[in-house]
Amino acid sequence: MIVNLLFYVFAAVLVVAAIGVITARNPVHCALFLVVAFLNSAVIWLLLEAEFLAITLVVVYVGAVMVLWLFVLMMMDIDVAKLRQGFTRYAPFGALVALVVSAEIGLVVWVRRLGLPEGTAPGPLPAGHSNTQALGELLYSQYLYPFEVAAVILLVAIVAAITLTMRRRPGQKVQDVARQVAVRAADRVRVVKMDAEGRQ
Amino acid sequence: MIPLSHVLMLSGILFSLAVAGIFINRKNVLLLLMCIELMLLAVNFNFIAFARQLGDLGGQVFVFFILTVAAAESAIGLAILVVLFRQRHSINVEELDAMRG
Repeated sequence: MIVNLLFYVFAAVLVVAAIGVITARNPVHCALFLVVAFLNSAVIWLLLEAEFLAITLVVVYVGAVMVLWLFVLMMMDIDVAKLRQGFTRYAPFGALVALVVSAEIGLVVWVRRLGLPEGTAPGPLPAGHSNTQALGELLYSQYLYPFEVAAVILLVAIVAAITLTMRRRPGQKVQDVARQVAVRAADRVRVVKMDAEGRQ
Repeated sequence: MIPLSHVLMLSGILFSLAVAGIFINRKNVLLLLMCIELMLLAVNFNFIAFARQLGDLGGQVFVFFILTVAAAESAIGLAILVVLFRQRHSINVEELDAMRG
């Protein structure tokens, strides 16, 4: 079937991109491989009928988070050669860990079968089904409270990122808002009472 | 349609590659963060595969929240990294020994 074929093609590209992320020499190349991995994941999520999340992944991750990554990567002047010391020493160990972890997961998936009957992939959803609408109805009713918490988490991230990276240079001309608010009229204006001078 | 076990296996391979990446690139904080992103992606694959298999959209809602938290995490992580680089001019993990941990 064409859907299965597409799944295997994109899965293969995804795995190659993931290998690229962990082995590329230049961190910018790693970030670009990660972009490829996210795009392929979005396509696979489309095939798995999670359309809204696929578009979210492209818009939020490829469009925003990875651009942030690239900005930070290009701002830093990284000594790549020094950071790659020990790469060949740890590479066999890393490959061994990867093999063991995937063998374990494969054992669980293929041998235990997760209690599911053989070959029961659900059929495609009906033509008029809207994933976005169904997700929205769930998100704004049953999961409303977690949704608000997620919004607060994003706010915390904004505040934290700004407070962490904001830097005060000496000699920078900025307003001190607290002092501006706390000022009283008596500090600024002195009312002097004096007699008017007589007419000459 | 795509069998559940194939999606799970793909996510397992992705996750183990990310674990291997953490072992291989143990000196570069940036790459460690990238490997964490890959791990979260692999976990999201599991949620979406099971949401489709069980016909329960709650799994997709969970992926939505994971994406939110991961975006917040990478924003704060990168901010910390920028401050770190400003102070030490290096992102080598081995040089981060100020707390002697």
